[in-house]
Amino acid sequence: MKDFLNSWGISLLVFLPLVGALAMLVVPKAKEQFHKVVALAASLVVGFIGILLMTNFDYDASGRLQFVVDMAWIPIINSRYIVGIDGISLPMIALTLLIVPLCIIYSWNRFPEPRNPKAFLILILILETGMLGSFVAQDLILFFVFFEVVLLPMYFMIGVWGGEKRQYASLKFFLYTLFGSALMIVAFLALYFLSDKVSIDGQMMHSFDVRLLPELATGISTGAALWIFGGMFIGFGIKVPMFPFHTWLPDAHTQAPTVGSVILAAVLLKLGTYGFIRIAIPILPGAAEKWAPFIGLLAVIGIIYGALCCLAQTDMKRLIAFSSVSHMGFVMLGIATLTTFGLQAAIFGMVAHGLITGMLFFVAGSTKDRYHTLDISRLGGMLKSMPHMGWILGFSVMASLGLPGLAGFWGEFPAILAAYEPGLGLNVAFFRVLMVVAAIGTVLSAAYLLWMYQRVGFGVPSKEFEEDPHLHDVTFSEWLAWTPILILIVVLGFVPNIIFKVTDGAVSRTIAIVNGLGG
Amino acid sequence: MFLNQFLLLAAILFCIGVYGVLARKNGVLVLMSIELILNSVNINLVAFGAYWHVNDMANVTGQVFALFVIAVAAAEVGVGLALVLLIYRNRQSINIDDVDMLKG
Amino acid sequence: MFNIIDKVWIIPALMAASFLVILFFGKRWGTRVTAGIGIASVSICLILSVVVAGNWINRVNNPPTGAALAAEIVQANGLTPQTGKTIGEEINAATKDSGETVATDSQSASGESHASEAGAYGGEHESVPPVVRTVTWFQIGGLQFEMGTLVDGLAAMMLITVCIISLLVHIYSTEYLRGDVRFTHYYAFLSLFTASMLFYVLSSNTLQMLVGWELVGVCSFGLIGHWWEEKKNTDAALKAFLTNRVGDIGLILGVIITFFAAGGSSFNVLHLNEYALSGNANTALLLIGALCLFGGVTSKSGQFPLHTWLPDAMAGPTPVSALIHAATMVVAGVYLIARLYGVFFSGLAIGSSTFHYVAFIGGFTTIIGGLLAFVQTDLKKVLAYSTISQLGYMVMALGVGAWTAGVFHLFTHAFFKACLFLGAGSVAHACHHSFDMREMGGLRKKMPVTHATFLVATLALAGIFPLAGFWSKDEILAGSANGQENAYTIMLIFGLITAFLTAAYMGRAYWMTFWGKYRGHAHPHESPKVITVPLIILAGCAVVLGFTNFPKSFFGFKLPGSFTTRFEHFVEPTFAFPAIQHAPFTPWLAIASTILAAGGLFVAYQYFEKNRGPHGLTSRSKIAHAGYTFLENKYYLDNLYTGVIAGSTTGPLARAANWFNQNIIDGVVNGIGNGARKIAGVVYVFADQIIIDGAVNGSGQGSEGAGQLLRKIQTGKVQQYASILFAGAVVLAGVLVFVV
Repeated sequence: MKDFLNSWGISLLVFLPLVGALAMLVVPKAKEQFHKVVALAASLVVGFIGILLMTNFDYDASGRLQFVVDMAWIPIINSRYIVGIDGISLPMIALTLLIVPLCIIYSWNRFPEPRNPKAFLILILILETGMLGSFVAQDLILFFVFFEVVLLPMYFMIGVWGGEKRQYASLKFFLYTLFGSALMIVAFLALYFLSDKVSIDGQMMHSFDVRLLPELATGISTGAALWIFGGMFIGFGIKVPMFPFHTWLPDAHTQAPTVGSVILAAVLLKLGTYGFIRIAIPILPGAAEKWAPFIGLLAVIGIIYGALCCLAQTDMKRLIAFSSVSHMGFVMLGIATLTTFGLQAAIFGMVAHGLITGMLFFVAGSTKDRYHTLDISRLGGMLKSMPHMGWILGFSVMASLGLPGLAGFWGEFPAILAAYEPGLGLNVAFFRVLMVVAAIGTVLSAAYLLWMYQRVGFGVPSKEFEEDPHLHDVTFSEWLAWTPILILIVVLGFVPNIIFKVTDGAVSRTIAIVNGLGG
Repeated sequence: MFLNQFLLLAAILFCIGVYGVLARKNGVLVLMSIELILNSVNINLVAFGAYWHVNDMANVTGQVFALFVIAVAAAEVGVGLALVLLIYRNRQSINIDDVDMLKG
Repeated sequence: MFNIIDKVWIIPALMAASFLVILFFGKRWGTRVTAGIGIASVSICLILSVVVAGNWINRVNNPPTGAALAAEIVQANGLTPQTGKTIGEEINAATKDSGETVATDSQSASGESHASEAGAYGGEHESVPPVVRTVTWFQIGGLQFEMGTLVDGLAAMMLITVCIISLLVHIYSTEYLRGDVRFTHYYAFLSLFTASMLFYVLSSNTLQMLVGWELVGVCSFGLIGHWWEEKKNTDAALKAFLTNRVGDIGLILGVIITFFAAGGSSFNVLHLNEYALSGNANTALLLIGALCLFGGVTSKSGQFPLHTWLPDAMAGPTPVSALIHAATMVVAGVYLIARLYGVFFSGLAIGSSTFHYVAFIGGFTTIIGGLLAFVQTDLKKVLAYSTISQLGYMVMALGVGAWTAGVFHLFTHAFFKACLFLGAGSVAHACHHSFDMREMGGLRKKMPVTHATFLVATLALAGIFPLAGFWSKDEILAGSANGQENAYTIMLIFGLITAFLTAAYMGRAYWMTFWGKYRGHAHPHESPKVITVPLIILAGCAVVLGFTNFPKSFFGFKLPGSFTTRFEHFVEPTFAFPAIQHAPFTPWLAIASTILAAGGLFVAYQYFEKNRGPHGLTSRSKIAHAGYTFLENKYYLDNLYTGVIAGSTTGPLARAANWFNQNIIDGVVNGIGNGARKIAGVVYVFADQIIIDGAVNGSGQGSEGAGQLLRKIQTGKVQQYASILFAGAVVLAGVLVFVV
């Protein structure tokens, strides 16, 4: 079993959704039940494979890549098919494997207009392949391919099934992130050409191998390294999204269908931060150190700025979108400190944010379904009209503002702590200032979230919706989709070691590389 | 032999023939002029044949060549007159200036 | 008795289980079962707490020694007891990266703290380490962080206090909230609150305390906004939560700073205290850490200037106010200082100063709270400001080094303040849930039990001998008067002034409520037993509990040693605790404060009951009126916080950020998009259409033109063709003849 998983596990994991999508392609779109069942089955089988991988994962050696497959792919440029999982990828993969089936279950009876479940579910499966592939790829070109694969399905999801201004939003999302990716691939190529060569079958060639590049890239001049890191920074930073490259996010989220928003918030944003942790920082630690204060500054500005913009929003989904900007600011601050505390906080924050903001978007979507509006001034008294929904919203709000005891806290507190003593040769005083500002950001988080909850959950329903029969409480499919997330938020809040233990080895190894080669 | 006179005669006949071909409007006259050209060429051929083989009168290359020309000329006149006849039948006139249907 | 002191986690776990059961099944099983579950759980917790206290008393009387002691010490610090290393070495190992070293002899570290103990009084305190049990919580960067329980006298005292008052509130609420729209929800939150508070007081490290601290904040939020249909209740809940969040900035930073100051290896409370009290502590860093932690205390324990949420929190149900905003949650901040006293003592140099920020704020808070209590017409608000004032006393006591006085006051205050609040609830219950004192009056005839208990509690609060408040407040004043090395004179003055004010405003409230003629519209009658019995119990506690810390010498009257200062003996830590001086009973101070208190009550009686004195002063004197208005508007602090700060952040500042986002940043993005479109248009029109396509079309037209020209040769005239033929032949002939 272990051998089978070693050689086929990851490839099956990544490509099985595509197989499901292919199976769906040949069946006409009228057979909706078939499509739904196949899509759910595909995602659950992939989930099962994921569980197999997780149970066979050696947690004591989480710093090492496991289940590695290394095959020739494009020999002429020495780009290989290299995949592997270590402690950093594992939580992300687990998150993806959880979110996709839940999205499919949530959509079971409520596909957005125009319906067409076949196309919608195929797009979700392609997205799953892209996301999983990005998290396991250890070759730059392979990573880039999977990174781009997620763009088109999301473009279509927003553009076809979205809200009123969907054309604008989807195009903006696609072009903006593609622009970042263009710079990213230039940076990758620069890395490729400027790094040392390795011997492949007797021939000296450059390499795209992420495992080898930290060593190979030590010879790159500081100036070039700064530019290369800058290219990757823009590419990943747009995806995170970092201030000031974040403006695509509110529009994309507001116009996207519920499931699209959930996948976007829960996983796609993490591709950017994951790129920083996996690729940018280990390969160019010297440049990372020079860029870190700037990244930290932008992160903290993002925290405050995102929170302030949230306070001004009148649309619930747009408010949650800006809260994503704010929360990812904490993640980026953790990354910018270049310490084990910071990176572990970042990874935990990625998982926590994925669950919590995913939950918030789910609730927003269900609210939209019932009220047909997300205008905060028109909503109100949810706890009276739909008590369970109101409770879940309240719970998610508490989790989102980083209440200790729930998952969000462990994404914020260690990041703030790490900023007290940043790594390498970073300017301690500057980072301590950032630390204080980030702590102030927690107050603003509480402010906008609670204020939104006061207007939406508390109070009495407005005249408009007092007698509305559509305001039924949480349905069975919604409970089914949401319960795992709610439970996980609490469990991760009280037993953070579930994630910390897994990531510890890998993060320690990364920071050791950074400290060894950088400075 | 006095080649020059023969060549001169042939040239004059040739020029008259060319003038006739280019300037006459009557189709039959054009054909007659073409005959004139061909016959001038015949004179040329026989003259040159005799000139080069003055010591070998059995070599009748020039005359044979001229016979060929006459035969071809006859054939060609036959066809040409047939054409003119048909043109006359269709247009009641043999003014070749009017036959310009192939104008581009 | 059986020993559960090392399994105390059962207590908060039980309350948490009660919370979950009520949350999921309460509605289905009905209000009686819900209340029953809550009451039963708290009762069991109370019994267990008493057992734990017994265990602790046993431990103090028979402390572990020798090897057992060493093992306990090591375990108490949350460090793994691998070898018999002394604590100093362990700390050295942990702090070597920060280049600091610690005195290696553990005996001297803790011995120093208590050398003075043995001398000042009879009956020494052995150094008794608390009982610490931990499990690994998580690991980061190779460091293991623990979660666990720490039980010592302070924790045991808090356990009992929280459990008793929670139990009485549970019982009281069955009547007070009868028929409430969300009865089970209320009981669920009560259970959750009790669980969180117990979790908090049993925490062994600052990170865990942070978790408990925020959880009680959430419960407070949920319970203040219990009747969330009305906006003013949810406004109050938000205000409470957000004001606490502001203070929490300080708490988070304080936890982080103390963590790193003590070597960056552990959040363990004893570890931090040990470090702070060792000779090599970085006192400047500890000062900053202590001040940051005090930021959290400022908001949670209602100190100036973050006290503004407490009066508004009275929007919640009265039993909640009694439990949370008088007896237990608000003292979480005081508990924090008490627990981390080593850090505060060292950082703020309490031992050697006469004035520092913490003591000053404590003293200042007592006065401003007291002053504000005079202008309130709402009975609960009077009590709220009184709580603020008393919390100020506790903080001030800790600030001047009178640790036991502050904690003792926390203990006694919990009981008589809860009694006052529940008494107010009883009054309101009878007066159609109105707390407006202007509509009360003469209730002593109609509600005798409530009146009696309220009177007892008022006297206790005012500090009249021999009730509990007298003893605790007196210790605080004595502590300020004597100080550690120098007297804290200013704090003493604050304390004395407030003693007068306390009696005066409580007297005012008492006389307005219970004497005179009834001015309201309801038909008040005594409340049922479920309400009055808790009142009686609490009043009884207010009477007797003062004697738990009977001074060693009271006006020359000496009791045997095993009856004096029992509270101090069992509650004050002896391990990882600074050597503090305990002020003896100061007779002149006791007499002065009693006179002031009695004077306050008398003045209130004259002014409010007999209507003597300068009534109508505020309408005659501009200054008085201005002063009164200033007080009425709560020093305009609320205007500053809600109006200016919160208003500008949620209003103009947020809108400005959003405008910036939409028009500037997005303007750039959209501008790039539009610019790209325009450039594309230009490129298309000029480069593509005109130039390139022009070339393409041009070539076509050129060909056509050439064709038109050449067409002219095609006349269809045979003779023309022939002439061209001949001309060409001539040319060729010429070429042939002349050139070739």
